[in-house]
Amino acid sequence: MTELIIKNGFVYDPLNRIDGEKMDISIRDGKIVESVKEKANGINASGMVVMPGGVDIHTHIAGGEVNSGRLLRPEDHVKDVEVKTALTRSGVGYSIPSTFTTGYRYSKMGYTTLMNPSMAPLEARHTHEELADIPMVDKAAYPLLGDWWFSLEHIRDGLIEENAAHIAWMLQATRGYAIKIVNPGGLEAWGFGRNVHSLDDVVPHFNITPREIIRGLCKVNRLLNLPHTIHVHTNNLGKPGNYVTAIETMKCVEDLAQGDKPVIHITHIQFCAFKGSDWSTLSSGAGEISKYVNNHNHVTLDMGQVIFSNTTTMTADGPFQYGLYNITGNKWVNHDVETETSGGIVPFKYKRSSAVHATQWSIGLEIALLIEDPWKILMTTDHPNGGPFTSYPKILAWLMSRAAREITLSKINKRARKKSLLPSIDRELSLYELAIVTRAGQAKALGLKPKGHLGVGADADVAIYNIDPQRLDISKEYKVARKAFKKAAFTIKDGEVVVKDGEIVKPVTGKTYWIDVSTSMPHEINDDIKKKFREYWTVEYENYPLPDSFIHSSFPIPVKAEV
Amino acid sequence: MAVITGVTCPVCGTFCDDIELIIENNVIVEARNACAMGAAKFLNYSAHRTKKPLIRKNGELVEVSMDEAVEKAAKILVDANYPLMYGWSNTSCEAIRTGLELGEEVGAVMDNTSTVCHGPSILSVQDVGIPSATLGQLRHRADLIIYWASNPWSAHPRHAERYTMFSDGRFEGSTWKSYLSRLRGVMSRKKIQRASNLVLKQDFCFTPQVEEGLPSSVHQKRRRTIVIDVRKTRTADAADCFFQVEPGTDYELLQALRVLVNDGELDVDEVAGIPIETLEQLADLLVNCKLGIIFFGLGLTMSKGKHRNIDAAINLTRDLNKRTKFLIMPMRGHYNVTGVNIVFTWQTGYPFAVDLSNGYPRYNPGETSAVDILSRDEADATMVIASDPVAHFPRAASKNIAKHPLIAIDPEVTPTTMLADVIIPPAFVGIEAEGTAYRMDHVPLPLKKVVEPPETCLSDQEILQRILQKVRELRRDMN
Amino acid sequence: MPKLDVLVLTGRTIEQGKGKEMGKLSKVYLDDVVQCNIDPQDMKTLKLKQNTNVKVTTNFGSVVLKAVKSPRAPHPKMIFISYGPWASMISDPRTNGTGMPSLKGIPAEIEPAPNERVLSLQELVNQLKMEA
Repeated sequence: MTELIIKNGFVYDPLNRIDGEKMDISIRDGKIVESVKEKANGINASGMVVMPGGVDIHTHIAGGEVNSGRLLRPEDHVKDVEVKTALTRSGVGYSIPSTFTTGYRYSKMGYTTLMNPSMAPLEARHTHEELADIPMVDKAAYPLLGDWWFSLEHIRDGLIEENAAHIAWMLQATRGYAIKIVNPGGLEAWGFGRNVHSLDDVVPHFNITPREIIRGLCKVNRLLNLPHTIHVHTNNLGKPGNYVTAIETMKCVEDLAQGDKPVIHITHIQFCAFKGSDWSTLSSGAGEISKYVNNHNHVTLDMGQVIFSNTTTMTADGPFQYGLYNITGNKWVNHDVETETSGGIVPFKYKRSSAVHATQWSIGLEIALLIEDPWKILMTTDHPNGGPFTSYPKILAWLMSRAAREITLSKINKRARKKSLLPSIDRELSLYELAIVTRAGQAKALGLKPKGHLGVGADADVAIYNIDPQRLDISKEYKVARKAFKKAAFTIKDGEVVVKDGEIVKPVTGKTYWIDVSTSMPHEINDDIKKKFREYWTVEYENYPLPDSFIHSSFPIPVKAEV
Repeated sequence: MAVITGVTCPVCGTFCDDIELIIENNVIVEARNACAMGAAKFLNYSAHRTKKPLIRKNGELVEVSMDEAVEKAAKILVDANYPLMYGWSNTSCEAIRTGLELGEEVGAVMDNTSTVCHGPSILSVQDVGIPSATLGQLRHRADLIIYWASNPWSAHPRHAERYTMFSDGRFEGSTWKSYLSRLRGVMSRKKIQRASNLVLKQDFCFTPQVEEGLPSSVHQKRRRTIVIDVRKTRTADAADCFFQVEPGTDYELLQALRVLVNDGELDVDEVAGIPIETLEQLADLLVNCKLGIIFFGLGLTMSKGKHRNIDAAINLTRDLNKRTKFLIMPMRGHYNVTGVNIVFTWQTGYPFAVDLSNGYPRYNPGETSAVDILSRDEADATMVIASDPVAHFPRAASKNIAKHPLIAIDPEVTPTTMLADVIIPPAFVGIEAEGTAYRMDHVPLPLKKVVEPPETCLSDQEILQRILQKVRELRRDMN
Repeated sequence: MPKLDVLVLTGRTIEQGKGKEMGKLSKVYLDDVVQCNIDPQDMKTLKLKQNTNVKVTTNFGSVVLKAVKSPRAPHPKMIFISYGPWASMISDPRTNGTGMPSLKGIPAEIEPAPNERVLSLQELVNQLKMEA
């Protein structure tokens, strides 16, 4: 029995409505408990901020496309290396760090749970092999299911319950956590080099529209009682004028909401909030999107904030990545996956001097600040698409400090600065709100109950930052806060101190979460999938599902479906 | 007798996973669905194997215990200043992961067989990227298949049947029937010829088919296959159309096609030995297909131009995407050479030629690649696993392998093991040990254990784990 | 003795592929990897009969092989040798900064060598050891 007590910290635990109260946090055997014995090991956190461990709802850290990005960019690694130590493995960093480095760097910032949002089901084995080599954090992955032939055919034929049962099979087979939808219909069309351009375009050969796919899978998600909502990358991503598509996408499931519970998560909203008819007239759609979200409770978002940096874009949105290749002429990887999805990679440099890039930078922050309820908008960069996750402290500084925003604003493209809504926004996020957008809100949106809070029974994943809220005005002294968020004073994972003063002191491995859905007809579904298997894929049925022994520290979350 | 289905074939990059094995008394007696190479492995793998660890003492290889062999191997690695650990493409990803940890511990250069295979293709991907897909995507959709400087009939025997010309997909079907009827035509011509020779007592010849440009079959509304190579391979026999290029001129041909598909004009009569009119027709064919795919082989990577040839091929593919959908894929050789690139990359950032001697990964092919290191005689010890460099490296490199201590982890007797100072024979991965490997299109599949290994044989991963442990012990003792 | 300037191609054959899986000591393998596949016209020029020995010399070494009429002809002035220890004796180790030696299209001279022997695998390995 190992015990630990964190003493006298200023605790920010929004899920339990604790806002900077000075209190002790007791830990026993990896869980938060009411109290521990006197002689328990203690951490003196006086003058420091104590938060639940950070949670990232959307970060590309493992699997086929991430690794192709690594392979593509030796020039990205050469400038940023990690030397082997007695405790840690070596690696490379910058926009697509190697697996070990990814785990260490997140942990050093106080993060303890990561969600890999893009897993081609056929290549799930790859994603999980890499996740096993990402130390320090718990993790999970979302299988891409929006263009899966079974989904398209079932939904077209009105077979929502059948589709739900098939998706339950898929979540089990791939050890997945949520239903990921990327440019619904567009990826199938991309198989022959085409795309869809609105929610009502018909997908070639399948006679179904993106609207039907989104609504169908939203219903499926409800039937399966999945803890997270459908996780949607909209159509028309990265195109001027696409804020309309984003709003239509949210609207199209409005009637499926039950009470105040969200039914859709729109990811990296910044990339879907472009107003204007072309690049030269590009402006921010943040106002419209925020207005919609402020008036509706069925949706959560994450930012997809842009950082001025040389990064690597990677999504399952093959046609989008092709477009980006056409704009940049840069190197381009495309990877279409039979019967399921596609993928693409293009290196990309966000420049302050570019009106478009600077506007994108502004849009991300505008949305985060204009949406009144922080539980609805979570902090991400869509790592590495908007920029590497190591830039998170910079974003926190922009969110907490108008002054920090103004400094960056003064350096960006003039045209973008003129159009930016940021000068009109005074809002500065408090530590309590920052704790929501970086952990509590993320865990809540994910339905990940033991995470994102410090109540009794929660996993003892804790981040302690060297910020004294009684002495430090984070709005003015954002640089000090930024530094503190970059290097956690302590990171505690499952009750063990793993980071101290921003350095790894104990390498640990994390759990792999997945959703184990039980349905009433597993055998029929098995038979149906088996029957079509050779027709649809080029691998054998028996080699497709991952055996549990394959999953590193497998941690299934049982869920009972309504089908 | 047991029948095991869905077995993956641990031979080539096609990595078929539909093999059915019949097992009697822990011996594979039949391998259904396997090609000649696959069957050869499943039925004969054990014929010449080594079963016990060996160490060279006074010039002779003598049997030793596993512990002694492991200790000797660990000692060689610890004593070396700049060890090379080479091979990896015929073992599991699990073994490779442990191997990288060992390489990091001893500060080795980690290189794999792609260095002498599709290494140049990787360099080219790092230059321009690669538009590609999984093989099923091509089975379902490709209506134009090009094998360029690759010969699947010999190197990937079931590639055409499973994924391309003879496979059935959702939008495109097999062209097996039209191949058969063409074959019958050829056969009957040969028969008539033979009969006429007998009757007329003289050589009777059909006028050789000198067709202007491309044969009409390439314009049919079905899947079509084109082979481009320096010699008429067996694959070329099965294709709708074959272009013979002069050796070393693939680069010119690829760039000429780029000009043509971009609506440019070429003021020459021929390129690479092919008339310009024919090339114009070929360019039309490329532009007008629904989905085209180029499968390229070592004919491009190993000949003059090396990665520049691949740059040109990928750039042609990029250009074609302005007009239609076009993809390209290297025909990877060993069953897990793709996997070794993948695992190296996720752990170190780089796919091959990774120098860990500074404590962090460094990558500079030409400097940190096996053949270069060996040719310059820099490595003062070599560990080879799941590969046979002495058979395949130029002699200038091999002779320097022979010069320094050599550890071989290989179940087979090979030119490399014949030179080795320590031989540790493992269980055969994919037959006697399980794991994961990646098909040439990055699809991961399980390697299966279908029979028990000899008692004296551990898996590659276990052997590496033991060496790693021993290395750490030796290091601790030294400090 | 007639001589001919040729280009050497090395590559995979199904026999070599089968043979390497049966073992590098198997007859299938050893028979295949010592063959030098020559265009029939070139065989005539060199006055070679099927299965007589030839010596192939490049800037990087020479090796004695068994001449066979190429089943994949015509490919004038190109000889084909399966990947293996014999082909490696004459391949070009220069990688031009890529890591990849030049294994296809190596300029060579070929001549009949009726009085010379094809080395055994052990002899070949011993030769490497001696060079070291």
